[in-house]
Amino acid sequence: MTYKERLNGRKFDEMRPIEAKVGVIPRADGSAMFKIGNTWAYAAVYGPRNLHPKFLQDPQKGILRCNYNMMPFSSSGERVRPGGSRRSKEISLVTEKALLPVLNLEEYPNSVVDVFIELPQTEAGSRCAGICAASMALADAGLEMKDLVCAVSFGKVADKLLVDLDYSEESYKDGPVADVPIAMLPNSGKITLLQMDGEVKKEELMKLLKMGKKACMDIYEIQKKALKEKYHEVEL
Amino acid sequence: MHRELRSHIISLLNANVRLDGRKLTDYRKPIEVEYNVVKTAEGSARVKIGETDVLVGVKLEVGEPYPDSPDEGTIIVGAELLPLSNPDFELGPPGIQAIELARVVDRGIRESQAIDFKKLCIEAGKKIWMVIIDICPINDSGNLFDASSLAAIAALKSTVYPAFDGEKVDYKEKTGKKLELEKTPIAVTVIKIGDKFIVDPDTEEEKVIDARLTVSSIENGTLCAMQKGGDYPLTEEDIDAMLDIGIEKGKELRKYLK
Repeated sequence: MTYKERLNGRKFDEMRPIEAKVGVIPRADGSAMFKIGNTWAYAAVYGPRNLHPKFLQDPQKGILRCNYNMMPFSSSGERVRPGGSRRSKEISLVTEKALLPVLNLEEYPNSVVDVFIELPQTEAGSRCAGICAASMALADAGLEMKDLVCAVSFGKVADKLLVDLDYSEESYKDGPVADVPIAMLPNSGKITLLQMDGEVKKEELMKLLKMGKKACMDIYEIQKKALKEKYHEVEL
Repeated sequence: MHRELRSHIISLLNANVRLDGRKLTDYRKPIEVEYNVVKTAEGSARVKIGETDVLVGVKLEVGEPYPDSPDEGTIIVGAELLPLSNPDFELGPPGIQAIELARVVDRGIRESQAIDFKKLCIEAGKKIWMVIIDICPINDSGNLFDASSLAAIAALKSTVYPAFDGEKVDYKEKTGKKLELEKTPIAVTVIKIGDKFIVDPDTEEEKVIDARLTVSSIENGTLCAMQKGGDYPLTEEDIDAMLDIGIEKGKELRKYLK
């Protein structure tokens, strides 16, 4: 059983087309849009700001709070009921863990940095798109960061390892499929999000992580370019 | 609460000018209407009025008719005041602000009979189309009422039925059959601050309003829905003047739709 050519015509190490923009929500302290293929994410950062209720406050450092949400019309099937699901809660949690290592919140005791991720349109890879948008929004908010966070999903379809699965590949029927969303810190190569469902051999997974570096560096360049486009140099 | 801001805004209004330099009944510019922005929806539109940015998506589902109207489909309007769009919005189930917004948009569409519910009937007593309209603000810099109403009617204009084989809806297959709109109701919210009337308030102005009247009207100027808000009462003369502004501005806003 072999997956000779990708159903979408892409090369095995080719991502869908990416668009990124920073500063798209004027009322937020930082914001960004990240689009990969048909998956489209907005992120807004508010804070550091006062944290209520008070018992959640940490006198040692500020806390990060992320919320991932699909808009009701963002799924290609039936309407998504608003109000969050177990799935969206879990994604919010892993998003928080993916972003936290790059932040330094010690200077903001008793405060919160809120990250709201909204998806107007999805077709696979939405948690990764959300993380990419959120990391740009955090940078746009002017928070001290050790690195950006770049995320994309990898996987195995039948016998091939590949990057950025889309819906047709996630639901591939003629062979085993593994979906491995990863978030990476481009400058240190450290991994802050790793999930997997499907079946894959350990050696293959290690190969995927290596493949991941290149794709994440490509995303990193796109994120940096988008940030620089907002903060262009001023000639004096 | 915002006493200083209020007296500043009023003194400007007395000189016929707003905080951002606009005239009293000017909308912010540019006003942009973009259609079919969301591919996963059956219809969608994005409206920007100045910095206010609202996304509306329409999903079509098959359901059962209400027992008292067996040959009619229906519309459902939902609004989520996303905390992404405004620092004062919080997570959680829709609060009273979101519910009022959804209901004002709903009434404009429903009561103008913009959609002929009979045409949404698939099989009387058994199957009907439900038109589900969801309002998602991306950036709330004021006047969500008018921006959401305009985006909702624009999204409906772009709505196309998915395939339905009598059992299941196939959302992947669009039929090309458009949702028919009989009328285009437009909502204009007229604000009273002191003894002045303005339209299209920004975030600062929204903090100091005395009263507001959302006026929905159709092409020929007939009113189809209204909602008064704000803590202060209106006189007959106020309402007379506010309706004139609402109907006139409605005609102006309608020109942004294609």
